[in-house]
Amino acid sequence: MHDGLELKDVTIRKDGNVLLSLSRKIEPGEVLTIMGPSGIGKSTLLSFITGTLAPAFQAEGRILLEGNDITDVRPDKRRVGILFQDDLLFPHLSVGANLAFGLAPGGSEAGRTAKIDEALSEVGLEGYADRDPATLSGGQKARVALMRMLLSEPCALLLDEAFSRLDADRRAQVRSLVFARAKDRNLPVLMVTHDAEDAKAAGGEVITLGTSSPTGEAP
Amino acid sequence: MTKHRFLPALPLLTVLVMLGPVLAGLWGTVLPAFGHFPVAGLTGPNLSGFQSLLDWPGLPRSVLLSVFTGFASTLIALSIVMLVTAGWSGTKAFQTLERLLSPLLSVPHAAAAFGLAFLIAPSGWLSRLFSPWLTGWERPPDLLIVNDQWGLAMTTGLVVKEVPFLLLMTLAALGQAEAVSSRTIASALGYGRVTGWLKTVFPRVYAQIRLPVYVVLAYAMSVVDVAVILGPNTPSTLSVQIVRWMADPDLALRVQAASAALLQLSLVIGALVVWRIGERVIGWLGMVWITKGNRGALDTVAAGISLALATAAALAIFLGLLVLLVWSFAGFWGFPDALPQSFTFKNWMRHSDGVLVAIGETAAIAIPVTLAALVLTIGCLEAEYRYGLRLSNRGIWLLYLPLLLPQTAFLPGLQTFMLTIGVDVGRLPVMAAHLVFVLPYVFLSLADPFRAWDTRIGTIASALRASPNGVLWRVRVPMLLRPILTAAAVGLAVSVGQYLATLLIGGGRVQTLTTEAVALSSGGDRRAIGVYGLMQTSAALLPFALALLIPALAWRNRRGLRHA
Repeated sequence: MHDGLELKDVTIRKDGNVLLSLSRKIEPGEVLTIMGPSGIGKSTLLSFITGTLAPAFQAEGRILLEGNDITDVRPDKRRVGILFQDDLLFPHLSVGANLAFGLAPGGSEAGRTAKIDEALSEVGLEGYADRDPATLSGGQKARVALMRMLLSEPCALLLDEAFSRLDADRRAQVRSLVFARAKDRNLPVLMVTHDAEDAKAAGGEVITLGTSSPTGEAP
Repeated sequence: MTKHRFLPALPLLTVLVMLGPVLAGLWGTVLPAFGHFPVAGLTGPNLSGFQSLLDWPGLPRSVLLSVFTGFASTLIALSIVMLVTAGWSGTKAFQTLERLLSPLLSVPHAAAAFGLAFLIAPSGWLSRLFSPWLTGWERPPDLLIVNDQWGLAMTTGLVVKEVPFLLLMTLAALGQAEAVSSRTIASALGYGRVTGWLKTVFPRVYAQIRLPVYVVLAYAMSVVDVAVILGPNTPSTLSVQIVRWMADPDLALRVQAASAALLQLSLVIGALVVWRIGERVIGWLGMVWITKGNRGALDTVAAGISLALATAAALAIFLGLLVLLVWSFAGFWGFPDALPQSFTFKNWMRHSDGVLVAIGETAAIAIPVTLAALVLTIGCLEAEYRYGLRLSNRGIWLLYLPLLLPQTAFLPGLQTFMLTIGVDVGRLPVMAAHLVFVLPYVFLSLADPFRAWDTRIGTIASALRASPNGVLWRVRVPMLLRPILTAAAVGLAVSVGQYLATLLIGGGRVQTLTTEAVALSSGGDRRAIGVYGLMQTSAALLPFALALLIPALAWRNRRGLRHA
């Protein structure tokens, strides 16, 4: 009853004009896909959920995560994970240190190292801990970015065109990896995408903004 | 949670730190200028200061000199930079100039001026190289080249140092001006390189570099160290004369100095107004020129001349440093020999104690001032990122204000103000005065790279549960290490090069490499000047080298940061 990610009467405006309004609940392990042309406010919705909405936008409505209202909570206390189309690995940190950045503090050094190694082997990157992220392939970077986010133990996952920079082969591979890992952890997932393939692979409800139903109220 | 209150207050604190001394200085100028100077037993208001200023026979000439050297050096430097960018940007020759930019910029004005003096003086290197075989001179000719009464040597010295500064500003502006595509279109329409650039790119670039150009004009009109080294003495420029009156044991002369400082301020304001009108006229003439459709017949000539002049300006600095180096190791060096008869370490040994003390004083001022400027700058930029407290366009003017006001208009007043409220001169007030000039440069140097940082990385780091301070210290600052160190190097170079602030606010008791070097100019001991000038240059250059080296070492295994 209290699980999942709920958007309650969320409306986002720019200069007084409504960009989108949406009311939905995403159950744990489910994926809600939002599609629509660029400029419609899809990514803006995600930044409202992560707590990083740019001052040019105004938002109302509430965001509930596992029954708690996180609308006014600081971004780092929300426990909402996000992946962008770029991997955005920290370029000054090794692959292992990137993962350590995500890992919640505490535990022995050996324990932390073990968790990082485990995470790397979960995505087939054993022995990559000391590598410079810039030397990884696009698919490898995407996998590290996913594991970094999961190690921070988020309660929901947002995907902002997360697969659009990958080539077709990698894309399907990384996509199913992300969905599988999210399902394992029972995370509600909100995905924003241009790509119908992404929506199909997600398998959940799809909302298309900016067409027949501009407000996002699904038929 | 004091931190939460601290950060939003930083922009205000920064403005106070930067403008407080300026306002105090102007206050300390205005009161004595109108005869109110209780410390010297004078109470006003009256116009005696202006009266005695008007009675000074050197006034017209000295005003004329300030105005002439200011306008001439700014116009020449700007023309060289615009034409060389128009004619050569994107070429190999231009890339070479770009690469030389950082070292050229970091050479302090005083050292560059000394170098130039040692090159062009009657007994300088150029005359030695051509004597006696070409000139027939067996002895230095009796010509007044340096310190000439028209200020031509001084104008040259200013041009040589302002060309790299304006070129740097132009390069930064080019990126936003779609220069390459405009030039391509213009040449497809049959326009020559220079004409096409001037007609399409120049208006946009100039709009971007307008404030730096004003800074150059204000600086050139009121500079003291370059004027002392290269400028005329009979009379000198108004700024130099103000400093002389300020240094006089007779306190009553300070009233005259304050009146002159106000005159200097109005001269600069007037010059800026005239320049602004000139911009309009040029803009109007430019429109006429553009609509006429001339494709540019003189392009090759203009490009050639501008490259020759820009190269000469760069060479003047590099050869100047070389001749300082030669003099610093020179044994006996008679005219017209091109090189000394012997080289010796004696000069360096003789001055080592004094140089070491001066280095210590220079560092003791420059390092804390630069750190303070970095903290304030990063604090302001971070407050802008977290709370959206962004400087408006008018705010940018505040940043430029300390650079636009002539130093001689408020630094003497600041000294007077301190005297009035009973604060002693010394190192700490000198640091506060340096901060006024260091802060804008550090801010202007760091703001663009800091703002260009991908904020999605901050979103990711927050989503990974890093606190706002964690994001700053663990992600943003390390990623921006190179621009932060470059800004620090700029700050250190500005502090190292400060002459007037150190001299006046230090009451002559704070002796840095720069004040020592400029003080040597009257004695004419070329070996000592060589030693001090080189050390002054090194003190400014070393931080730039470190700013390149440290990130290269720290991120040697991080390809993603190699060009950051």
